[in-house]
Amino acid sequence: GGGAPGMEYVMGIKGKDFAMACVSATAVQQIITMKHDEDKVMRVDDHRMLVTSGEPGDRVQFGEFVCANVRLRNMRHGVKTSTKAVASYARQELAKALRQGPYQSNLLVMGYDEGKGPSMYYLDYLATMHEMNVAGYGYGSWFVLSMYDNLWHPDLTQDEALGLMQKGIDEVRRRLSVAPSSYMITVVDKDGIRHLKTLEYGS
Amino acid sequence: GGGSMSAKYDRAITVFSPDGHLFQVEYAMEAVKRGTTAVGVCGKDALVLAVERKATAKLQDPRTVRKIVRIDEHVCLAFAGLLADARVLVDRARVEAQSYRLTYDQAPSAEHLARHIAGIQQKYTQSGGVRPFGVATLVLGFDGDSGAPRLYQTDPAGTHSQWKACVIGKNSKAVREWLEKHWEEKEGGGAAAELAVQALMETVEPSAKTIEVAVLTAKGGLQIMEDEALEALIKKVEEEKE
Repeated sequence: GGGAPGMEYVMGIKGKDFAMACVSATAVQQIITMKHDEDKVMRVDDHRMLVTSGEPGDRVQFGEFVCANVRLRNMRHGVKTSTKAVASYARQELAKALRQGPYQSNLLVMGYDEGKGPSMYYLDYLATMHEMNVAGYGYGSWFVLSMYDNLWHPDLTQDEALGLMQKGIDEVRRRLSVAPSSYMITVVDKDGIRHLKTLEYGS
Repeated sequence: GGGSMSAKYDRAITVFSPDGHLFQVEYAMEAVKRGTTAVGVCGKDALVLAVERKATAKLQDPRTVRKIVRIDEHVCLAFAGLLADARVLVDRARVEAQSYRLTYDQAPSAEHLARHIAGIQQKYTQSGGVRPFGVATLVLGFDGDSGAPRLYQTDPAGTHSQWKACVIGKNSKAVREWLEKHWEEKEGGGAAAELAVQALMETVEPSAKTIEVAVLTAKGGLQIMEDEALEALIKKVEEEKE
């Protein structure tokens, strides 16, 4: 198919009272980079986001499909569907499609729930779901997951996490021959979802 | 009129009578006329709904018997008539709102949703084995292009039309006559709410227990007035009346 799934980079970190995502911002078709500022974060509501990666068409269609149905549920029942419930719903849709026409898309469901705090769920196209503190996709994540295993601790502040994200990007660009040239960092906490930084490199 | 004629033509299916009536639709409108009153007012930059609160039983949770409902982020609806029928239409409108967003990556206008609801109501006047919805709705929202506030009404016949101010349910004729005399474009949610409450007062003895007021603005979305603010508003309106 289109895209180059391994060449995408996604890393998610859950901190003390927030969850942060760093995602490659390149949209690639075959050998052409179509965009350098593709925002792969979809806002489900003010405090929940999907960080999607994988096959270009599927990733957007699936993400929007999940968002539409969660928003309908919220409107119908006057509630804010929890992060865990959003992840469980997305996982079920992936499972239903798996043996019919699978969505070739991986995603992190990240959010902040009142009373519970931040959470992050790792989902992949096979309908895997795990709640995790550190998670990612793409070749770059192979280097950075082990780096974060050493550096993560439960009381991480947003500044510390931002520093970790930069370290991760630096490592990917140093060692991965096909490292993406731009990245976007987004955070979700009690105050909502905020885009923190866009980093663009020459090549 | 049409007493003996209606005996032949008011079966479960909606069919024409010899003189061109659809009695089932007309009977559905009677159901609407028996419903609690709902007033909608369009202002310069805000929309207001003032509705008669049906007395809830002591043990009942009033939050589950809302007459003013959210359809989408900036579109809301009030109805008069059969509650159960209204819930069906409300749900169809909510699904349509999300479907529209998924298709066009854009918020649907109140007009689109009112047209959609009216379309459903019309279908049920021309389908076998079903009866019309015993509901009229007021759909409030902001125009997609201009951002101007808009108010629409739908009825059991399946028509929808735009109004500056509209009333449905009990005594709607008297309240509409009052509105025709007194409506003017008010600036701000507060002024529009006063007008809506004054209109509703033509048929309801106002208090925080007997009425509910909600204000829809582009910035604030739908805000249902708390009891305290509502009582203050009623007091102000009553004082100005004297």
